[in-house]
Amino acid sequence: MTIITAVPPPEAPGAAAAAVPGGTARGVPGPVRFVGRALRTLWSNGKARTGMIVLGLIIVVAVFAPLLAPHSPTAATFAPYKGPSGTNLLGTTGNGQDVFSQLIYGSRISLIVGLVAGGAATFVAVTLGLIAGYRPGPVDEVLGFITSLALVIPGIPLMIILAAYLQSRSVWTIVLVVAFTSWATGARVIRSQTSTLRTREFVTSAVFSGERMLRVVFREILPNMTSLVAASFFAAATAAVLAEASLEFLGLGNPATVSWGTILYAAEQQNALLTGQWLMVLAPGLAIVLLMVSFTLINFGVDALSNPRLREK
Amino acid sequence: MALLEARGVNVAYEPNRGQRIWSVRDVDLTLEQGEFVGLVGESGCGKTTLGYALTRMLRPPARLTGGSIRFDGTDIASLSGEQLRRQRRNGFALVLQSGMNALNPVRSIGKQFGDVLKAHARPGDDVSAPGIRRRGAELLESVRLDGDVLSQFPHELSGGMRQRVSIALALALQPRLIVFDEPTTALDVIVQQAVMKMIKDLQAERGFTAILISHDLGVVLEATDRVMVMYAGRIVEDQPARVMASGRHHPYTEALLNCYGDPRADVVEIGGIPGSPPDLSQPNRGCSFAPRCPIAEDICQTADPPLSPLAPGLAACHVRARAGQVEMEASSVG
Amino acid sequence: MRYVMSKVGLFIVTLWAAITLNFLLPRLMPGSPVDAALGKLASAGVPITNAERNAIEVQLGVPHASVFTQYADYLRNIVTLRFGTSYSYPTQTVAQTIGKALPWTLVLVGVTTIVAFVVGTLLGVYAGWHRGRASDASITVGATFFGAFPPFWLGLLLLYVAAFKYGWFPIKGGYSPGASPSWSPSFLSDALQHSVLPALTLGITTLSGWVFGMRNNMINTLGEDYVTFAEANGLRSRTIALLYAARNALLPNVTAFGLILGAVVGGSVLVEGVFSYPGVGGLLFTAVTNHDFPLMQALFLVITLSMLVAIFIVELFYVRLDPRVRSAS
Repeated sequence: MTIITAVPPPEAPGAAAAAVPGGTARGVPGPVRFVGRALRTLWSNGKARTGMIVLGLIIVVAVFAPLLAPHSPTAATFAPYKGPSGTNLLGTTGNGQDVFSQLIYGSRISLIVGLVAGGAATFVAVTLGLIAGYRPGPVDEVLGFITSLALVIPGIPLMIILAAYLQSRSVWTIVLVVAFTSWATGARVIRSQTSTLRTREFVTSAVFSGERMLRVVFREILPNMTSLVAASFFAAATAAVLAEASLEFLGLGNPATVSWGTILYAAEQQNALLTGQWLMVLAPGLAIVLLMVSFTLINFGVDALSNPRLREK
Repeated sequence: MALLEARGVNVAYEPNRGQRIWSVRDVDLTLEQGEFVGLVGESGCGKTTLGYALTRMLRPPARLTGGSIRFDGTDIASLSGEQLRRQRRNGFALVLQSGMNALNPVRSIGKQFGDVLKAHARPGDDVSAPGIRRRGAELLESVRLDGDVLSQFPHELSGGMRQRVSIALALALQPRLIVFDEPTTALDVIVQQAVMKMIKDLQAERGFTAILISHDLGVVLEATDRVMVMYAGRIVEDQPARVMASGRHHPYTEALLNCYGDPRADVVEIGGIPGSPPDLSQPNRGCSFAPRCPIAEDICQTADPPLSPLAPGLAACHVRARAGQVEMEASSVG
Repeated sequence: MRYVMSKVGLFIVTLWAAITLNFLLPRLMPGSPVDAALGKLASAGVPITNAERNAIEVQLGVPHASVFTQYADYLRNIVTLRFGTSYSYPTQTVAQTIGKALPWTLVLVGVTTIVAFVVGTLLGVYAGWHRGRASDASITVGATFFGAFPPFWLGLLLLYVAAFKYGWFPIKGGYSPGASPSWSPSFLSDALQHSVLPALTLGITTLSGWVFGMRNNMINTLGEDYVTFAEANGLRSRTIALLYAARNALLPNVTAFGLILGAVVGGSVLVEGVFSYPGVGGLLFTAVTNHDFPLMQALFLVITLSMLVAIFIVELFYVRLDPRVRSAS
């Protein structure tokens, strides 16, 4: 039997649903365009938009802290244990420092720890997740087991123990400890997604056409997981902010650094609630909540990007 | 009165803000009680969307934007909530494309029959446990399955068995219209044949109106009495099944028929259709098929052809309509 | 059956790994925790017997013995519950100290987790089912907001408002000072009163985990074919929401139970500290403040093991929920 094909097969129907607002702009590099598109899509989601605005405000406060804070956060120049007044909007600490200025400067530490620890944890998660998901076999099994173990061990107690053992008391210790304990959730999610994508046709065809493994991972698999990675990052950042505040509240941070957690630590030490300085407790806590909520709200938008079912109507 | 009368059905699909894709455009159709109709077309032509629209199963982001759908005289397009739910008993049913996933994985088959029967129980119906078991076993028997299946879970059944169970569940509604969405696409050829035969026998026995949606023209031609061909959201041809295999048809239908080769011939020519389906987010000017049509003329680019007589049925093609008219005039003259 | 066996195997292996991690941790840290521990005990004026010194070294690291002998001794000590003496509570062994505190935490964390799970799951089902409507938005926003509350902060606020200002609840402790623990109804009701604020704090802050997990699962499940088919067959809304959607959406939440339990346990450490609640978390709080390494080590082990057991029990329970796992394939 001979088979004759009279007409070449039609191209895949491409045009219909893929229209992207904004079109393609020549001269703007690919990654920039991509980020721009992502930001625009996030902006269109109500929750994400709120989150971005709040985060933006906090970043502005952190960057312009010297301009916004009325006094230096560490200068012990005021009468201690004072309640709110004209000069000290939120009162003073036991050392006579202005709480309001501490609140403003404190945003820096919380932001840095949140973003850096979150970023580090996500980096580890992506690396391990990609490795485990791409090649099934002994490597995957071992990594999978380590990840399961890391997931089961409760984070805060582990962080507490690690921070207690590591005698040094710096912000970077905290960043390290937080990153070390938060990578597991992201790693598991990324591993499972990599494993799913690996069996998809576009990856198989890339492998068959001779693309080397690293190229396949970075060109084919990773770009299809960007929203997953972003979601991991924001979740890790949220957890990092909470963890940092908790560790400092327990006195495991550096008392000399000014952060929202250390304000709460000082407040607890001086029994601020009993002496009527409840604002000293309310304000930094609220700030922590706002930062975490902004990350989470943005994450709603990211989730909606990757899962169309979650999109807002 | 016709069982189903749909006029001007339009379905828009809005995946993102600002994007609108017309999946079904201006569809009119009439079905009588007892007809077995096939709805055929390529992926994306709107046949599944139309099937869902007719059974009021569209979900956001797809929307019925216009038209009326009269089922046995009642306009079901405007119904919702509890009213719509009640209509389903003795009304219209939908059997999904992949019976594999259509069954609740954590409930036994018997319990799922119970759910359906109880949901539509009328006073006098026996919905006690033994009553449900009896009725369930009856329904399973009509799809050639054993009553033991009632105590099993979906993951314990094969794909073909699950498809039959789905059909049995739909039959529990005692529907007068059943839309089968690609009922055999996910099955292998031999099981496909058995299930299609069963559907045909059921339709003959119980006399419900059936719409068979498929991209497989061969299956449709074998099983159905009447075939409707869809392209780009419109019905472009409507003929009795017996005349489809030969004679003059809408150019798209002819191209589809051409795509099939005879596996027993010595030399097999397989045709294709050049070009690609149109972008459904754009409003259409002229015939949607014109860019790919071998007999397209100027009028085809500017005027959308309506469904006109092409004996013994209808076709939406200017060229065929003209030729058909000429023939009619010639035969009436001579 | 296969499922159960694999879970048992996993449990045993993870147990071993956790114990080993606990063994390695102090030995990998810079500095010498043993000397620190012994030093602290000496400065507390506690006479150190050879047996106690031995126990501490076995826990934290013996500089001159080989790793393997240390490991063997360590395992032996664990089985016989010899954790040494803590210097925060020098009059009793670590094992005794923890033994007294453990029941308090188990009850607090146990009850709170169950209640938070039930309430959170129901809220999540409701939010997922009514997705996009005002009820969903308020639940989602509410859960986001309250879920971001640092547990210790909420504890402080509740303490201030409910206990200090209005005196509705006691300020600290697990029971009134001077009362001695017993099973009498008066003690139990006293203990109950003392546990309301900590439980509320813990519950509110961990609720959001369940809510979001369930809501997401519901939304995904609602897109499944069997839900569409159930609608096509005209099943009642409530049947579909509960027996078809929620029942299936529940499954991933059960498997994720371990993750959220970790958050609850972590939160309990902070909450118990704030309320001076006599549980394991409060002990950890004290231990960290006092650099009490033997106590910290043992606590970490106990906390991890308790979690493993709880997760294991839940995983066994999963068999009843998912018929696909029941049948031997």
